[in-house]
Amino acid sequence: MKYRSVFDIIGPVMIGPSSSHTAGAARIGRVARSLFGREPKWANISLYGSFAKTYKGHGTDVAIVGGLLDFETDDVRIINAIDIAKEKGIKLRFIEEDAVTDHPNTARIIIGDHNGELELVGISIGGGKIEVTELNGFELKLSGNHPAILVVHNDRFGAIASVANILAKYEINIGHMEVSRKEQGKLALMTIEVDQNINDNILIELEELPNILKVTKIVD
Amino acid sequence: MFRNVAELIEMANSQNKKISEIMIEQEVAVTGRSREEVLALMDRNLTVMEEAVERGLKGVTSHSGLTGGDAVLLQKYIEKGNFLTGETILDAVSKAVATNEVNAAMGTICATPTAGSAGVVPGTLFAVKKKLNPTREQMISFLFTSGAFGFVVANNASISGAAGGCQAEVGSAAGMAAAAIVEMAGGTPQQCAEAMAITLKNMLGLVCDPVAGLVEVPCVKRNAMGAANAMVAADMALAGITSRIPCDEVIDAMFKIGQSMPSALRETAQGGLAATPTGRALEAKIFGIPLVNNESKS
Repeated sequence: MKYRSVFDIIGPVMIGPSSSHTAGAARIGRVARSLFGREPKWANISLYGSFAKTYKGHGTDVAIVGGLLDFETDDVRIINAIDIAKEKGIKLRFIEEDAVTDHPNTARIIIGDHNGELELVGISIGGGKIEVTELNGFELKLSGNHPAILVVHNDRFGAIASVANILAKYEINIGHMEVSRKEQGKLALMTIEVDQNINDNILIELEELPNILKVTKIVD
Repeated sequence: MFRNVAELIEMANSQNKKISEIMIEQEVAVTGRSREEVLALMDRNLTVMEEAVERGLKGVTSHSGLTGGDAVLLQKYIEKGNFLTGETILDAVSKAVATNEVNAAMGTICATPTAGSAGVVPGTLFAVKKKLNPTREQMISFLFTSGAFGFVVANNASISGAAGGCQAEVGSAAGMAAAAIVEMAGGTPQQCAEAMAITLKNMLGLVCDPVAGLVEVPCVKRNAMGAANAMVAADMALAGITSRIPCDEVIDAMFKIGQSMPSALRETAQGGLAATPTGRALEAKIFGIPLVNNESKS
């Protein structure tokens, strides 16, 4: 089941006008920001389907940028996010794509600075709920039914075991897990779906492990 | 965990509990949060809804100027006293409109189940409140009951206009509200399901065709009619009227209708009212250029 909590239905508290095109868009931006780990210097944002056709009316563009600035869905600063980003010197580019995607509300966000880049594809499935379908070319197969975390790590022995050990220490059961890498010994990605909620302090503990670069919660 | 309305009703009946209670218990079990925490979160959402209605009833105007002020007009009309329908139903309509006018003005609202359909559940709740004098706890229960039915729709069909049209948004919201009104008025779990079914049946096929892609025209007035629809269906269910097609099958029909709806009528601002001469003229006026143009811009 895609929706697990009653607060997916009665919620989120948000700045209008659209849960999928404003709140969901802000959440996609915020996941990208959180995975990037810092404020980007530039962002190329491609919009597909209904996102591409109606983003001006729904404030999808300001909402994604608000997310990139780490604003929550109910943060009134979202309304002025593009101006705030410009004041900070962040270069923004919006691209209306014609390509047909699997889901009508799809955004591809590429953000970066002089130290690196991040590319993420997110879909907004309704009521403010989102799914991340692609990260830096890694395809993510998340059911969305369970809390999930993404762990960006160096492809080294022991990295996976150390993450699993921390989760075990807090009695968190792993329901599904995928590990992917593009090249042996380089950057790799763990996608972990668990049965219990993961508190922020556990995320911090995971991030402090050797060879673990970034940990982000993507499904509550 | 209940997967459909039939299971939800069965759980409520066999455990002799209200639907709101089944939803609260499931939320505690699924998220690991305490009961107090879950109730407090919903209390906060209720407060956001109250503040949005209050703001809308003072009068707001959207950035585009397309919507705003209708909630105030309707309240003044009610005060005069010579309305044709009823005070509770018009109050529900006015408060639904108030919420959506605030949403259109980029104000703070609580999505129920979406932002575009955020008026129906609070609109009906605050109108029925005058009639039934519920406690704060009962008002919070109203939201859990709405949430339980919305949960089934979201998991078995869709609550997204881009995926299923307006029937998936205002249709779902109206069905959720009707069920919650019935519970608050003392109806049985089965009567809640009947109210949901009757409401949603009358929203089937409703397309999502926002003028200029804005959540304003016709969204605000669709919330008005969603609230009216919910109120009437709740009264019908409380009178003992049942739906010949069971609630779960109505939800399934809504899903299949949504899947066969052309993309022009699913939140792309390319068909329906958005494509009327006036719709296009408003769009051109607001953005300077029509949105049908998809050229890449930087």
